[in-house]
Amino acid sequence: MEPVLALVVGGLYAAAIYMILRRSIVKLVIGLLLLSNAANLLIFTVSGLTREAPPLISAGLDAPVTPMADPLPQALILTAIVISFGVLAFAVVLINRAWHVVQAEDMDQMTGTDT
Amino acid sequence: MTLLVALPVVLPLVLGALSLALWRSPLAQRVVALAGTGALLLLSIALLWAVIQHGPMATALGEWRAPFGIVLVADLLAAIMVLMAGIMGFVIALYSLGTITRGHENFGYFPLLHLLLAGVCGAFLTGDIFNLYVWFEVLLLASFALLVLGGERAQMEGAIKYVTINLFSSAMLLTAVGLTYGLVGTLNMADIAVKFDAAEDGGRVTVIAMLFMVAFGIKAAAFPLFFWLPASYHTPPVAVSALFAALLTKVGVYAMFRMFTLVFDAEVAYTHNILLWVAGFTMVTGVLGAAAQFEFRRILSFHIVSQIGYMIMGLALFTPLALAGGLYAIFHNIIVKTNLFLVSGVAYRLQGTYQLKQLGGLYRSHPGLGVLFLLSALSMAGIPPLSGFFAKFILVRAGLEIEAWVIVAVALAVGVGTLFSMIKIWAEVFWKARPEDAQTRAPALDVVSPGLFWLYVPIVMLAGLTVLIGVAGQPIFEVSMQAAEQLLDNSAYIEAVLGGEEGP
Repeated sequence: MEPVLALVVGGLYAAAIYMILRRSIVKLVIGLLLLSNAANLLIFTVSGLTREAPPLISAGLDAPVTPMADPLPQALILTAIVISFGVLAFAVVLINRAWHVVQAEDMDQMTGTDT
Repeated sequence: MTLLVALPVVLPLVLGALSLALWRSPLAQRVVALAGTGALLLLSIALLWAVIQHGPMATALGEWRAPFGIVLVADLLAAIMVLMAGIMGFVIALYSLGTITRGHENFGYFPLLHLLLAGVCGAFLTGDIFNLYVWFEVLLLASFALLVLGGERAQMEGAIKYVTINLFSSAMLLTAVGLTYGLVGTLNMADIAVKFDAAEDGGRVTVIAMLFMVAFGIKAAAFPLFFWLPASYHTPPVAVSALFAALLTKVGVYAMFRMFTLVFDAEVAYTHNILLWVAGFTMVTGVLGAAAQFEFRRILSFHIVSQIGYMIMGLALFTPLALAGGLYAIFHNIIVKTNLFLVSGVAYRLQGTYQLKQLGGLYRSHPGLGVLFLLSALSMAGIPPLSGFFAKFILVRAGLEIEAWVIVAVALAVGVGTLFSMIKIWAEVFWKARPEDAQTRAPALDVVSPGLFWLYVPIVMLAGLTVLIGVAGQPIFEVSMQAAEQLLDNSAYIEAVLGGEEGP
């Protein structure tokens, strides 16, 4: 399972960077979306996949007796998803406003502050 | 006592929520902003005092003990940085009275200001790398919203670049955090430091180190990752520019100092050599970029970049004296750079433009302002006895001690370049007569206090601090030296976090 997920993570990063490098600001936001998904999936994969072992400790015990899935990466991913959701919502509003103000969705038209 | 460590984070969050609740009353928001940032300043002084007395302090949030829960740690460096955030928050809140229009206030300027300060203080105090990522996002989101406040075309263009590159760096940071967790199974910085020292697979540690370096390098605006900064920092209202210049890049530098002394101190020959190259190029490109500019705030933006180079140089040389010099440069630069932005705001209020070609004659009409500008400008260029001289002197001395001739030569040459830029601003804005065909006039801003009084108060305070740090350089240097020694000998930090006697 890990090799498949590793390939998916790599593909997501590559697609994200390709999209960010496009000139269209809509595709730029899609790239940012893919990038955060890639990072989340990487955390999930890199901290190890344990099948069919939910992180629950049976009643009456203080510590697990068998190996179990690590719940912390999932908590991290949940936090990261919430954050990236908020940030991307802002980014979508921003490109909408930018389109209204600049009347273009091409990064090459937005060089007014570069020189 | 340990509650004190958490309060600089909690207070701005509460104030932000309170300001949101007072959405309909700008007057109440202003009162909350002034009283609240003032309280934050007092709190940060108390924290620094406690840290000087007791050494590094840690507190476990929710009584989950390290390394399982999130800890907040205040060592000397973190406490001083929180003090800097407190000073800047208070000063900018004062300055906002004279520059932030009622339109900006109605769109939530003050709640965002508090939120930004909460993010900055959180990033300084946290002892957990995932929590560091979260605080970075908090301060980034607040800064995104502050950056587009007003919604002009230049702001939109600058904001798209700023948002994209910063989200990219956050994704890099998250990747590095994930890989770290995969390698050692912990997120607590002190615990990671212990486990990385014991790790046999040094290659993977170095890969993670490089990911952190790129992520923090983007946030700190180091070469070659700084292009977003001069493209965006001159677009928002000047109080926001000054706040960003004071705190945002310094959070990146702080995170670099923290990670590359505490955690990644094994492969120094490799990582810190790269940092040294980065430092040299950052200084040179920043100062050359500034030389080509003729817009007040863009010149200052490029100088933020070049000054970041000095701080990273201190980290890269990695001796106690060099680290102390780097820290001294951070403290000095936060104050001086903010003050220069504040002065540029006054020039805009008087003549309605930031273009050097259109400005002029300010020394004749406002000699006091000229003197205040010169104090900060010469301090940044490194003229004794002002604060910048000692920052450069310590760094150069540290470089000479370990015979790093090239970086010392670069640092000195860049000092001359900085002086050139500052003299250029002085000559164009203050010394020459106002061009007769100047089209711009003082803008009629709809602000609370239309006079210049609330613009001058913060500038005088910061200029006074610059002189004070310069004249009373010895105590500041001693504190920097202590902070540097704490960074290099990280056992006190690790013991404060993992030792357990500070826990519940």
